[in-house]
Amino acid sequence: MKTIFNLVLLAALAVSAGAAEVKLLNVSYDPTREFYVEYNAAFAKYWQAKTSDSVNISQSHGGSGKQAQAVINGLDADVVTLALAYDIDAIAQQARLLPANWQTRLPNNSAPYTSTIVFLVRKGNPKGIKDWDDVVKKGVSVVVPNPKTSGGARWAYLAAYSYALEKNNHDDAAARSFITKLYKNVPVLDSGARGSTVTFAKNGIGDVLLAWENEAHLALKEFGADKFEIVTPSLSILAEPPVALVDKNAKRHHTTEVANEYLKYLYSDEGQEIAAKNFYRPRNEAIAARYAANFTQLKLVTLKDEFGSWANAQKTHFADGGIFDQIYQSQ
Amino acid sequence: MLPGFKLTLGFTLFYLGLIVLIPLAAVFWKTTTLTWPQFWQTITMPTAMASYRLTFGASFLAALVNVIFGLIVAWVLVRYEFFGKKIVDALVDLPFALPTAVAGITLAALYSKTGWIGQLLEPLGIKAANTQLGIFIALTFIGLPFIVRTVQPILEDLDPELEEAASSLGANRWQVFWRVVLPMLTPALLTGFALAFARALGEYGSVIFIAGNIPMKTQITPVIIMGELDMFDYGKATAIAVVMLVVSFVLLLTINVLQWWTNRYNTNNLA
Repeated sequence: MKTIFNLVLLAALAVSAGAAEVKLLNVSYDPTREFYVEYNAAFAKYWQAKTSDSVNISQSHGGSGKQAQAVINGLDADVVTLALAYDIDAIAQQARLLPANWQTRLPNNSAPYTSTIVFLVRKGNPKGIKDWDDVVKKGVSVVVPNPKTSGGARWAYLAAYSYALEKNNHDDAAARSFITKLYKNVPVLDSGARGSTVTFAKNGIGDVLLAWENEAHLALKEFGADKFEIVTPSLSILAEPPVALVDKNAKRHHTTEVANEYLKYLYSDEGQEIAAKNFYRPRNEAIAARYAANFTQLKLVTLKDEFGSWANAQKTHFADGGIFDQIYQSQ
Repeated sequence: MLPGFKLTLGFTLFYLGLIVLIPLAAVFWKTTTLTWPQFWQTITMPTAMASYRLTFGASFLAALVNVIFGLIVAWVLVRYEFFGKKIVDALVDLPFALPTAVAGITLAALYSKTGWIGQLLEPLGIKAANTQLGIFIALTFIGLPFIVRTVQPILEDLDPELEEAASSLGANRWQVFWRVVLPMLTPALLTGFALAFARALGEYGSVIFIAGNIPMKTQITPVIIMGELDMFDYGKATAIAVVMLVVSFVLLLTINVLQWWTNRYNTNNLA
């Protein structure tokens, strides 16, 4: 009896030493659902081939700001993949779970893929919306989420503002009047990107939806290409949704190595290809070229060039009493 | 009376402390990260002020409408027998059971201009989705069960003999209702009103989908609080929450006093 027990114990030890099962939690934002389902499967396969450990990745999705709050309040994320650096900065500053310089640890500002803001219009484009100037015209109804509660909406706001800045020689007053006209055309400010997509696509509200590029493509897939079409403006913002290791959590789970590899593999050919397939613009130029049909060329400006930093943009535009609030208080 | 006053009071205080007071104290505690001027500036910003007017106004109106129609529903359910009564009775509780987000999405779809109800209202020039009217509709929906369920048991206990006595003494139907039935129902109606009102004040899920959430126009206070949280401004979020709490507490206390007073008035007059 004792020998059998010992044998079983030995066998168990051998198995656990040979191939451990690792668990990872990736806390992400709303529109990455489909992308990470595919990526997780690919990474698990890669990791098993490399180390013979099997890795089981759980996903959590929600508004980017809310997800960051959840991590600050103790949600045990090993990695975060959010909509904007500002939200990961908040985790670094308020909960000190990762160093303040996190964004320099991976290439391309820790954003392995990028996206931008495009227009989704109704089939045939009845209002003839081609560029930002058409969006602010009188009588055009625009659907976009509230930038105070939605990461994607902040990118959309900044995209419109950048266009106005570029067009008016960086004249702030002109840009402000442009953005005011834009938000006067908005009948509904949902709290998140998915909410706005539903308002536009299901409830039939609005002539144009300002959406994440990948979300616009998903809407076409989901609701039918016979109902909507995508219009790419002449200029938009280069949205860089960043990824980061949550050092303290990963250390406690002993998952630092696999979590790091999980993020690095996003830059690999396979990771980039999955991103491109899910309508995220890959950083890898060879792969970007292969999927060129999905991504209309346009002028992309960066947050850094137009606004300096997230902290700056936040303070000037979205904080209480900022430019966004003034749009509504001046009537 | 059963003994055990001290034990039960002790338990009551402990339980209320654990479930209600500690979380509320945390709200006040978080607010202390702000200085007084910051606190004042936050709670009086124009978007917040507009949202208080909207939230308290729409909640008050919705609760008021529910008092009238809830009373009618309760009356019908108690006083008459009809086919399918049990089903109607069960329907009343649905707004309780339905997840509020589901209610919100359903209402938004119904009242949008392509929705079943919205397309009928559209030619009349009435817009419900994404207006203050939409907020009122959502709050009315979630508040109905509170009135019906508080009034119903009182109505059941109400002896029809009192009404018959009043008629035999020469009171007409209107007088019977106004002078006999209604005074006895008033405390229950007030309780129901307070519950529906309080529920509406804190409502989030069912409102945001139909409100439109435009600052200064259709943005309710909970949305402003969520906005502050999303920008990691816990202090400001709790500051606005404190305003909601204090005002709600004062209003509910007033209603309770009013209810206690009507109750006493009734007992004295009927005794």
